[in-house]
Amino acid sequence: MQRVIDKVKELLANGVADRVLAWKVGEFPYDRIPGVFKDDLDGLCYDSFSACNLSKYLINETKKDGRVLVLMKPCDSYGVNLLIKEHRIDREKIYILAVPCNCKVDIEKIKDSGIKGIIDIAEEGDVLKINTVYGQKELDRRQVLCDKCLSCQGKKHVIYDEIIEDDEQQNIEKTDRMEAVEELEAMSPEERFAFWRSELSKCIRCNACRNVCPACSCNKCIFDNTDTGVAAKSNADSFEENMFHIIRAFHVAGRCTDCGECSRVCPQNIPLHLLNRKFIKEINELYGEFQAGEDAVTTGPLTFFTMEDAEPDVVYKKGRD
Amino acid sequence: MLRLSADKLDKLFSAISDAKELYLPVEENGSSKFDKWSEETQVNLNRLNTVKSPKDLFFPQSEDLMRFKKEGKKITVDTPDENCKEFVVFGVRACDVKSIEVLDRVFLSEPVDTYYESKRKAATIVSLACSEPEESCFCNIFGIDATEPAADVSTWLADDYLYWEAKTEKGEALTESIKSVFEQAEDTSAVDAQKENVKAIIEKLPLSGLNLDYFKNNDMMDIFNSEKWDELYEACLGCGTCTFVCPTCQCYDIRDYDTGHGIVRYRCWDSCMYSDFTLMAGGQPRTTQKERFRQRFMHKLVYFPMNNDGEFSCVGCGRCVNKCPVRLNIAKVIRALGGEV
Repeated sequence: MQRVIDKVKELLANGVADRVLAWKVGEFPYDRIPGVFKDDLDGLCYDSFSACNLSKYLINETKKDGRVLVLMKPCDSYGVNLLIKEHRIDREKIYILAVPCNCKVDIEKIKDSGIKGIIDIAEEGDVLKINTVYGQKELDRRQVLCDKCLSCQGKKHVIYDEIIEDDEQQNIEKTDRMEAVEELEAMSPEERFAFWRSELSKCIRCNACRNVCPACSCNKCIFDNTDTGVAAKSNADSFEENMFHIIRAFHVAGRCTDCGECSRVCPQNIPLHLLNRKFIKEINELYGEFQAGEDAVTTGPLTFFTMEDAEPDVVYKKGRD
Repeated sequence: MLRLSADKLDKLFSAISDAKELYLPVEENGSSKFDKWSEETQVNLNRLNTVKSPKDLFFPQSEDLMRFKKEGKKITVDTPDENCKEFVVFGVRACDVKSIEVLDRVFLSEPVDTYYESKRKAATIVSLACSEPEESCFCNIFGIDATEPAADVSTWLADDYLYWEAKTEKGEALTESIKSVFEQAEDTSAVDAQKENVKAIIEKLPLSGLNLDYFKNNDMMDIFNSEKWDELYEACLGCGTCTFVCPTCQCYDIRDYDTGHGIVRYRCWDSCMYSDFTLMAGGQPRTTQKERFRQRFMHKLVYFPMNNDGEFSCVGCGRCVNKCPVRLNIAKVIRALGGEV
């Protein structure tokens, strides 16, 4: 963490950028808010709670003058490539400092474990020492990691100008990211329908999943555009929220980098990333392995056509179990 | 004061629901909400706050106002039956009880919102005192006592008993109808001990020292024009999470929905965070996220008190504090603008 701050100071002093986009400490010991710092780096923080993906903030930052230094975790770097490819951000206006990641901690999981009234959290190795108004508590950080970290793409940064090398040994057991998708595939269509109905019906249409998503960068979302006739702030009937999520999943198909932010921010804990992962799995099977955001140039599998492409009837064939 | 053993709560719930529908905090599928009780319901009274507040019971997120049907040249207009069935809400925390008072000020003042009024009249509210407040709690700065919640009936869960005290006529009527489940509580020292204990905890909570003087004593335009908004709003995603989990946010939109067989006119919660909030023929008064963000807090901390005898329209429940995807919140705004401890 100190290494990161020192490096930021050095880079700003060298004039590579005039400001830095990073995480800022907030009200609570676990609040890490995306923020821009100029001369005063007070409150700049990179640690186990810096879970927010900063890549989408670059859209606004690169509209401003000057160049911005940005701290990038491995998973977030895919979003940067995607946004460059889609001409949403100007590469020239960014200086990327790749920061190592040993998975982030989910405060909600800490609280779900029954810990309340948190005053302070200290990290010693894998142990979280949590001081609360109800006494001192301890937790193994590996028990409370963000779900998105448990099946991430790994420690590789796909784009950067400079990197802070990782000096920590990875000691986290990862799960295969398609495991949960395969479980859904193994269900009968009725069970699967019931699963998604029960999950998606929790949706409160807050749009947090859409607004945090680096692939959702339309200037005006169709669901916000009152002229489209489909704009909706709430669900006029009991299936509408399902449609919202299904349409959004189609729109980001082939572009979703699988950063996991949609599920992390959902106030209702809907596993939205599973919809996107199903699309990723299908695309991989039909068009060959593809990772959105791996680089900023390769054309996505759904944006060009070859004679060998799957015919639309694969959908009907799949539907018949 | 009456009481019943905490392991007999199901008896209480069943007795209440014999006569009226009962809503209470339940866990469902990784989330929590106020939902209708049945024997299979997974009730959770330990959770401090449900994700969405009990606001939905009086002012649902989406509510049909009327239906239009056209047959030939005849148009029929149906309005829903406004005679809401009587119901009981159990387990409402002190902050949420206060939030209903805030909503009353909006919907029950002239012109009275009859859709809200019918549900409000049909409801008997049973509150539950807090026994383990969390770091996101700050109801005390709005003068709310988490250990002595208002409502028609107040209850306390202490030492394996639920203590029950009717506070209004509605509360007494409910108590009378189910009195066989209770015993007289001769000794209420467990309640007193809990109150004392919780008050001591509240003093130690990090937000309990937030100070609202800045909002009480400064000119509206000075607060509006504060330079601090520029930095405060910066990370805001413009999602509606804070407004939809808020127990007092009461802005709504009215829309028409073409069902294919007619039109349903419905209202739904709106969010000042959204780009089409208050969009009108003449344009959009708040074109940037900064202005939208500022609107939310100005409404809660300045405009609402100006129009409502100094009452703030935040109750310190902490839902927005816990649910903001980028961890911005009203506590940060209060502190940054001038509410130092």
